[in-house]
Amino acid sequence: MLTNALQRPSRIFQPLAVLLTMIFSLGVPFWVIIVTAGKSAVEARQPNLALPSQWEFGKNISTTFSEGNMGVASLGSLLLLIPSVFGVLLLGAMASWVLARRKTRGLSIAYTIGISGVIVPPAIVPIVLLLKQIGLQGTPLGLIGVYIGMYMSTVIFFITGFIRTIPIELEEAARVDGANPMRVFFRIIFPLLGPVVATATILVSLFIWNDVFYALFVVGGRLDTLPLNLYQVASSGLYLQNWNLIFSYILLMTLPMLLVFIFAQRRIISGVTSGAVK
Amino acid sequence: MNAGAKVKLLLKRPRINAASKAHSTHPIWFIVPAFFFLIIFFIVPTVLNFVYSFTDWSSFKTEVNFSGFSNFSQLFSSGNLVADLRITILYAVLVAVFQNLFGFALALLLERDTLLNRIARASFFIPVIMSALAVGYVFQAVLEPKGPVNSIFSFFAGRPVEIPWLYSTTWTIVVVSVIHAWKWMGLAMLIFLAGLKTIDSEVLEAARIDGASWFQTLRTIRFPLLAPAITFNVATSLLGSMNSFDIVQATTQGGPGGTTELLNIYIVRAFGQGLFAQATAMSLVLLIMVMVLAFPLIWSLRKREQIL
Repeated sequence: MLTNALQRPSRIFQPLAVLLTMIFSLGVPFWVIIVTAGKSAVEARQPNLALPSQWEFGKNISTTFSEGNMGVASLGSLLLLIPSVFGVLLLGAMASWVLARRKTRGLSIAYTIGISGVIVPPAIVPIVLLLKQIGLQGTPLGLIGVYIGMYMSTVIFFITGFIRTIPIELEEAARVDGANPMRVFFRIIFPLLGPVVATATILVSLFIWNDVFYALFVVGGRLDTLPLNLYQVASSGLYLQNWNLIFSYILLMTLPMLLVFIFAQRRIISGVTSGAVK
Repeated sequence: MNAGAKVKLLLKRPRINAASKAHSTHPIWFIVPAFFFLIIFFIVPTVLNFVYSFTDWSSFKTEVNFSGFSNFSQLFSSGNLVADLRITILYAVLVAVFQNLFGFALALLLERDTLLNRIARASFFIPVIMSALAVGYVFQAVLEPKGPVNSIFSFFAGRPVEIPWLYSTTWTIVVVSVIHAWKWMGLAMLIFLAGLKTIDSEVLEAARIDGASWFQTLRTIRFPLLAPAITFNVATSLLGSMNSFDIVQATTQGGPGGTTELLNIYIVRAFGQGLFAQATAMSLVLLIMVMVLAFPLIWSLRKREQIL
């Protein structure tokens, strides 16, 4: 009875508190993005909460394409994202299988090295030097290699842990039937990795899609990607404080990841929380 | 040969063959392509980081010579090393505090499974999937002296408020760390929520029957049982924010007066000026700091978990 009496006010106050928190912490920034992306350059000069006197959403979007190279930058981002994610997941899964199944001293050292990148930050300046020496500096191929090397640890860490939970009997049954390692991996193990591969794909895609730091060092000025162009649009004197264009740009580059999030919400949430609370 | 006989045959095999059996069933070449990329693009540069920090490599010279500790002594005497190290550590600590405070408060607020709470949880995750650079620009606009945040304060204060959020040599470092925490608080919230879910409801019910208040239960039962979630959140927020660049670059570019210059901001600037060896030396400082903090941090937090 007492607990009921105590809970009753919280039944009203809790939703109220949630709404107020959302309005002030998320509502304000999101509202500013949307209304400013719809304003004319003059109105957007001083960012505020006011609605645009006239929505110029379409015009701003088309300007981000014509002057901000939105289209080319999207292609550039995809050009980096697809091979990097495909490469790191496939090669990482293959390595994880052997690292999870064989327990020799050498391989346990290899595993430690393999996951070192989860903590150790990448040494970006020597990476640039190395790419220069092998002739890949400034090329998409070089940055793809950097991304694969950088996120390999995360992938190995995720997938090795998952493979250890798969009973080895499944593989042995196939082996008794005469399947070679390639076949065992691609027919038995890889299809079972669905959930962890999906999670890792989303996480690595998120990092690469939003990366500006490493892209700036390796392909800055030579290849358009969405974050690099946003950086250039926002920091070049010509566009300074053209908040309507900056926010249109932000809105468009966030949209793909937002759609992925809406459709894969459960997977993302279970992925990021797994292992953290054990 | 039937299956039983096969098993017998396998069991009869001498022990020595175990290694070669593993070799044929899980061949080592499966790890070769992954380690090729890992070694070339991650391990080798990390090792080179140690080497190039002690050279005079720059864009002004054609050859590279060893120069001992001169990069470090230059960074030290110019004051950059101590200042940027201090700022980076302060930033990381502030981010860890705010991110976990916000995340924990949100987790407690949104604990019950109602429709509104589910919508709110998903909404608070949107900043996590946004580009950090974009978040930085959004807050640069929102925090302008005559911008939206000050206009809201003005409305409630009843007089014009023009707080220079991003132009204070004392407080801007706190403001940018709050922005960083704002971007990542949704992640901390989710991890705390997952941690809260693992707590046995019977324990909480027993405490409630014994007359424990909400706050007592939180302090004596739920908080200690959240240790693994706290470990994860503190470690990731502290170590992750040390390698930060985007948010500070987009809001202050290291200013005002260099008071928010993180190590990575310095590295980009020095690299842009052609001072490659100095940039490398500073990235070695970052590397060593992360390592020095990472191992004791993870170890001590883990140990605390075992005690509890």
